[in-house]
Amino acid sequence: MSKNIEAKDLNIYYGSFRAVEGVNMSIKKKTVTALIGPSGCGKSTFLRSINRMHEVIAGAHVEGRLELDGQDLYGPGMDPVIVRRQIGMVFQRPNPFPTMSIYDNVIAGMRLNNKKAKKAEFDDTVERSLRGANLWNEVKDRLDKPGSGLSGGQQQRLCIARAIAVQPDVLLMDEPCSALDPISTLAIEDLINELKNEYTIVIVTHNMQQAARVSDFTGFFNIEGTGKPGKLVEMDETKTIFSQPKQKATEDYVSGRFG
Amino acid sequence: MSTGTERNDLETQGPELDIPATPELLPKVQGSLPKGTAWGILAASAVVVGGILAATGFSIGLWVFLTVVLFAVATYVISRVVEGPRKATDRLVTVVVGSAFAIAMIPLVSVIWTVISNGVARFDAAFFTNSMRGVVGEGGGAYHAILGTLIITALAALMSIPIGMLTAVYLVEYGKGRLARAITFFVDVMTGIPSIVAGLFAYALFALIVGPGVRMGFAGAVALTVLMIPIVVRSTEEMLKIVPNELREASYALGVPKWKTILKIVIPTTAGGIATGITLAIARVIGETAPLLIAVGITTGVNLNPFDDRMATLPVFAYYSYVAPGIPREPFLDRAWTAALVLMVIVMLLNIIARIISRAFAPKTR
Repeated sequence: MSKNIEAKDLNIYYGSFRAVEGVNMSIKKKTVTALIGPSGCGKSTFLRSINRMHEVIAGAHVEGRLELDGQDLYGPGMDPVIVRRQIGMVFQRPNPFPTMSIYDNVIAGMRLNNKKAKKAEFDDTVERSLRGANLWNEVKDRLDKPGSGLSGGQQQRLCIARAIAVQPDVLLMDEPCSALDPISTLAIEDLINELKNEYTIVIVTHNMQQAARVSDFTGFFNIEGTGKPGKLVEMDETKTIFSQPKQKATEDYVSGRFG
Repeated sequence: MSTGTERNDLETQGPELDIPATPELLPKVQGSLPKGTAWGILAASAVVVGGILAATGFSIGLWVFLTVVLFAVATYVISRVVEGPRKATDRLVTVVVGSAFAIAMIPLVSVIWTVISNGVARFDAAFFTNSMRGVVGEGGGAYHAILGTLIITALAALMSIPIGMLTAVYLVEYGKGRLARAITFFVDVMTGIPSIVAGLFAYALFALIVGPGVRMGFAGAVALTVLMIPIVVRSTEEMLKIVPNELREASYALGVPKWKTILKIVIPTTAGGIATGITLAIARVIGETAPLLIAVGITTGVNLNPFDDRMATLPVFAYYSYVAPGIPREPFLDRAWTAALVLMVIVMLLNIIARIISRAFAPKTR
């Protein structure tokens, strides 16, 4: 399962402060879309608004439309909890649940959402998700050990396994490799390439090589100055953005000239 | 390279270094006192002060005090001469910190020693199996008081733990704005309520409901609840606050509702800390005397019904044995000390249980 996302004139606020202004963006299903831009330009904020995690912060809200296959996620009667079940998220820092074993971490989403299932079904989910996250061979002999005993890269892949165990339509990744070494990063990038066969993936990254390596489309966010809202400057196929972008700002940023 | 090459000839990686012929060297330490010097100075100070005091009239308190003062001064001076000012300051502060610790330990050790040495005489089977019904002299025990204390404290815990924990959850997870601030303020105020006021409150409350002159275990439990709630709220609140927000977000991102995130992720993550806080809160109120004196009173026989009439409790039992002993006095005083000892043992057991619980619940990494 996989769905398209479309943002229509999306404005994102923290209290009365407008952090992101007028985003119009379409994200195609079964592709990887990278969001790049300088710190504070609102790309993470935009990402968090896709699965309504943005509004967890007090005072944060959104105006405009954000559609998942045509359905407005911010429309009346939409439950953020239901939205989040369809749109999974992987965070910057690996955050496995410290009280749970590796096994329990993977099925945490199912278990906490009251899904009744037989032991065999849970076992299947754990194996499928861990294989999907390229972690199965490393942990299959110690599934009952705590997840926090794994290395940083393994923990991050465990978090990915946990996110895909609930079989979402979309997977959001907020700088998933920024706390990892290059080998773990490569493992995650390989994984992203495999995952896009099944999921729509949106990834925020500060690493432009990574954006060039893993993504099909790239969106460039920028900010004019502190206190000003961030904007989507340009979005196109990744190779276009990195070779012949239409905007000067994009070209400066991807070639390392800014300011 | 073959073995036998000089260390200097070892091939090192990196650029060639350009070390000046007369490099600017870092200053070295001037010298250092040999290990154990501190103990030597301490012993010498003790002897010197002892000698002076022997001439003028000896007193142990003055001897210890002057020894420490002389020790601090001597250490500082000697170290300053030999090792320089920074080390000397370090040693001086070490002596001050160590002395402060020793001073803090004096009352603790003294209390434990006094209670054990006086209480051990009646720390026997009879004390745990007999009540005071019909006992006028020797013998008798605090069976009724031990059970009374356990029942009343358990009732207080039963009432204050849910209220306290839920309040803390509200303050940390839901509360914002004026209401949360007001609750925090009143919890702070409650922390400062003198225990006798809590006792009077419970007595007055039950006097209104049941009638004047009422004495019952439950009233005592209510008084203890008033004292216990703020402690439970505070400790639980602190524990919930240290749960990283990332865990909550990880749970929300899986589509888990907020209440379930709190119940299944936040509280289990910090269950050990919460359990420790609650146990310490129980330990704190189990020795309360004043509110129980007012609201529960004392009796000589076993009364296990907290809703009917007076009950005995250990602190009040100890208090009455001391202020209103019979004749001869000694058996009553002995029982008072043993009651204090039993209370101390119960508190100690609670602390040990708290440690076991917190270890059992602590998130593991292996």
